[in-house]
Amino acid sequence: MFGDPLLAGDIDLVVVLIVLLKVVVAFAFLLVAVMLMIWFERKLISDMQHRIGPNRAGPWGILQTLADGTKLFFKEDLIPEQADRRVFILAPYLALVPAFLTFAVIPIGGNFNGDQGGTVSWFGRDTLLQVADPPVGVLFVLAMSAIAVYGVMLAGWSSGSKYPLLGSVRASAQAISYEAALGLSLAAVVLMNRTLSTHDIVVAQAGEGFLGFIPNWNLIITGVVPFVIFLIAATAELNRPPFDLVEAEQELVGGFHTEYSSIRFAMFFLAEFMNTVTMSAIIVTLFFGGPAGPALWGPAWIWSFVWFFAKLMVFLFAFVWMRATLPRLRYDQLMDLGWKVLIPLALGWLLLLGAIQVGRAEDWPLPIVLAVVVAIFGSASALLALSVRSGHRVRAESDRDEARVARR
Amino acid sequence: MGYLNGFKVTWRKLFEERVSTDYPHEKRPKPARIHGRHVLNRYEDGMEKCIGCELCAGVCPARCIYVRGADNPDDAPVSPGERYGFVYEINYLRCIHCDLCVEACPTEAITESKLFEFSFTNRSDAIYTKEELVVDDEGRPQHLPWEDWRPGEDEHTSAWMRATAPAGNAAYENRVAWSGELGYGVRAPERGQHTTDPEADGAAEDHDSDGGNR
Repeated sequence: MFGDPLLAGDIDLVVVLIVLLKVVVAFAFLLVAVMLMIWFERKLISDMQHRIGPNRAGPWGILQTLADGTKLFFKEDLIPEQADRRVFILAPYLALVPAFLTFAVIPIGGNFNGDQGGTVSWFGRDTLLQVADPPVGVLFVLAMSAIAVYGVMLAGWSSGSKYPLLGSVRASAQAISYEAALGLSLAAVVLMNRTLSTHDIVVAQAGEGFLGFIPNWNLIITGVVPFVIFLIAATAELNRPPFDLVEAEQELVGGFHTEYSSIRFAMFFLAEFMNTVTMSAIIVTLFFGGPAGPALWGPAWIWSFVWFFAKLMVFLFAFVWMRATLPRLRYDQLMDLGWKVLIPLALGWLLLLGAIQVGRAEDWPLPIVLAVVVAIFGSASALLALSVRSGHRVRAESDRDEARVARR
Repeated sequence: MGYLNGFKVTWRKLFEERVSTDYPHEKRPKPARIHGRHVLNRYEDGMEKCIGCELCAGVCPARCIYVRGADNPDDAPVSPGERYGFVYEINYLRCIHCDLCVEACPTEAITESKLFEFSFTNRSDAIYTKEELVVDDEGRPQHLPWEDWRPGEDEHTSAWMRATAPAGNAAYENRVAWSGELGYGVRAPERGQHTTDPEADGAAEDHDSDGGNR
């Protein structure tokens, strides 16, 4: 079943109004969520660093983001003389718009119990609690997160300044490295659920799992490895610590947004935190069953919100926790982790899952399938390790030769 | 798992008590000898202690003190001596609160209060004149509009800031060497000190509760 049942029948005024309502609610929810997320992050990280954090604006400083935003809005907006003006102005929107769009495919609620399939009845119409349910939802997520990198890249490039340029070069390299791992770990989910629609992925995870109490989540179905890879790659994709080389303050002043001020700067920050919220929502959708969960009493769709936000909070907390704990990676460590660990591991795991699926369909004995996969994976990683080591040796030799030439 | 130990540390910090105070609303007690803004003291009879000798101006490393002495008028003397401080100005944009002026002063005319929370919005406010520095008839410092005084901070502002014995003379070690203060009389000795007056020694415990440097 693809698409929203709301749009299956005739399109009349009520349908249009419901769609509009969903868009407005999603938009407002994202903005409020970002506002609270920035406050939550600052408060939590100061707790973890034994500080107090923002406490002046509103109770517990909860209005701090609003105050910051208002202040930034009234600041002078500077465009450097060396800047490529049109691209410079365009870049923040390129970062912001994909952040908004990605959230459209996230199911944030719905009755997934029984055979409801995640639909709720509002105003006499059956509808999904997500703005859009394209048949290629997962690909849409990947595409948007790739486009968001253009915002960062073009911002750095168009600033006409060296540090932003360095930041944007890092951004593009980092995006290419980790996009692959992100996509491959996501492919594991697609492989097991046999669908690309975010809504159907949630439907596939609803219901009872093993033994009646372990949930039927993709986290368990795909084995934990794709989730771990996805979490690491997503952190890198978000440019969050420990992968924040793009804006590494100690090296690059402010990274790609060094030359930005006023509301344009605020838009980058908005996009960054919006991406954090959205990426957490994607993780919840893909691996933790999204809004699916038992309804204890009352209407089920209210409980779906509760489950969704509870799971979302866990990951928002985890992102902040990682930021408070882990030091930034060196650039070569970043590349090593991406290319030599995450991508091979994701590929190997995809091979394993695929082989098990095919083996089950063709009725091959499982131990033999596993043995063959492990053998292939083992020999491939041995080859990789060999090539890496010989590369190191060649470089060491050439370094030695150069040193000898230099001594003469 | 060496990589994950850090997560334990940050998690533990979440539940530890904070040492920060909610500063402008809640202030920690100040040390007894904190160096704050200066006051110019007076004797019990209202005479000013300053004799216009300019030693404070001479010793000041930041050169923030300007003093001009003048002869006391015969009919209305300002200080008990021959001369008095005719002009006395301290520029608080330069003062580093090192207390060397207090050390240098032969008559304990200049001492420092515990007030450090004062902020002015123009440069002329930053230069305190004698009219602003001198204590009132009760021996309390004046409260200027841009100063944040809290109850108790304007008491005991004078005459006990000396870290060393007068002139470094060993004979005066552990002896109270400060003179009387307007409104408070002679301050009781600190722990480890004794006066020549045996009655006053009994009050030595008074300052233990001040919580500062002893």
